[in-house]
Amino acid sequence: MNLLATDIPYWGQSLLRVLGGLVAVLLPAGTIVYLFLFKMMSFMQSRLGPMEAGPYGSMQLLAEVGKWMQKEDLAPAAADHRIFKMAPLVVLVSTFLLVVVIPFGPDAWFTNFSVGVFYGLAVASISVLGILIAGWASANKYSLLGGLRAAGQLIAYELPMVLATLGVVIQAGSMNLQDIVVAQNTGEIFGFSGLGNPYIFTQFIGFLIFMIAVQAELTQAPFDMPIAESELVSGYMTEYSGFRFLIFFIAEFATAGVFALIASVLFLGGWGIPFEWFGWTSVDDVDNWMNLAGPVIMFTKMLVLTFIIMWVRFSFPRFREDQLQTFAWKILIPLALANTAITATLKVAF
Amino acid sequence: MSEFLRDYLTVVWFGATALAVGGLLLGLAALVRPSNPNPDKLVAYESGVDPVGDGWSQSQIRYYVFALLFVIFDVEAVFLFPWAASIERYGTFGLVAMLIFIVLLLDGLIYAWKRGLLRWV
Repeated sequence: MNLLATDIPYWGQSLLRVLGGLVAVLLPAGTIVYLFLFKMMSFMQSRLGPMEAGPYGSMQLLAEVGKWMQKEDLAPAAADHRIFKMAPLVVLVSTFLLVVVIPFGPDAWFTNFSVGVFYGLAVASISVLGILIAGWASANKYSLLGGLRAAGQLIAYELPMVLATLGVVIQAGSMNLQDIVVAQNTGEIFGFSGLGNPYIFTQFIGFLIFMIAVQAELTQAPFDMPIAESELVSGYMTEYSGFRFLIFFIAEFATAGVFALIASVLFLGGWGIPFEWFGWTSVDDVDNWMNLAGPVIMFTKMLVLTFIIMWVRFSFPRFREDQLQTFAWKILIPLALANTAITATLKVAF
Repeated sequence: MSEFLRDYLTVVWFGATALAVGGLLLGLAALVRPSNPNPDKLVAYESGVDPVGDGWSQSQIRYYVFALLFVIFDVEAVFLFPWAASIERYGTFGLVAMLIFIVLLLDGLIYAWKRGLLRWV
């Protein structure tokens, strides 16, 4: 079945996958930064944003990379140098490991884990390690506080995310992301199968909880207490300069893209279109052109979801630290547990 | 090599790619960036004034209770996921068993709540 496995040797497949992975990480990151961070944010604040580098500032990203490359790479004398220099790479590794599970088409996947959801949630928390060691190794009080806040926030919102995913796993009956996509596109809502069954309809509470948790995991406002610039300068990134800072920055927005991709797999039907439209019944029937259309569909859904993430980011004021923890532990987690119980009961009852 | 091992080997390649990309960009930057550190630049940043004490000074860490609670709830997920993936095989018996499990967990959360552990002091 696997198109890649039939005629290409293993090293060729791996090379293709790695190149695909690079595109899947860097293209969303670049698009999000230019389209949303540079342009949308500017328009929301009644200004034009970058206009000089290229038409409508479209080359601004290249200019930025060139600028950051020329900046001095400083590490404070008191810092733990080896760990300090390693931290941004740990965060970047977390992003690359996360993109591995996402299917982009019937054959266009990197890995086909039977425990895909579980693997994704596991590697997503590696970035917490990177942030913690960045905060600790900087030997700076702002950095340490920022790192600890980030760790506290990320673990608090990891739980609602895990529990919200549980509802999807119960409905699909599988932890394999490819199976989840197929289950959504072959499903039906109350006997109506023209749209399939994207879980955003049947798991709407789960979707809301998941998106809130994603917002917090990405430390985007209103959940940006760890890098609260008015009190902590820049949190765990305070001491970073030059390209190491840029790697943190790239990883942040690449992770935003990857989380949006995962959310679109779990809740919006992933790469698929309702199989009924073309008379497909299983993933083996799906025509080959979906391997090309799939990534485009995924990219579109990713843009819609990141648009919402950024919209919230630009619109809401920051949560206070205690409000943030209370919101996760006293509202989201009980709600997500209730959602799980109700979903399971309905699934067994019908 | 089995499909299973190949899938996990792909994970290794992706991790290596991330390190290679990061390392390559940092290496390229090393060719063009200046490097003339002086003691003032290497002082810890505390809004422009001389840093007070050491960076690793004592500070109150308020998150350890949350960390402990997190471990409990995350281990719970390990038990919930396999059940969720094959919920139809276990039927009503599995559902009742897992609902009891979830209620016990909620009980733990409520206990921590009542003890005031979820209040950020």
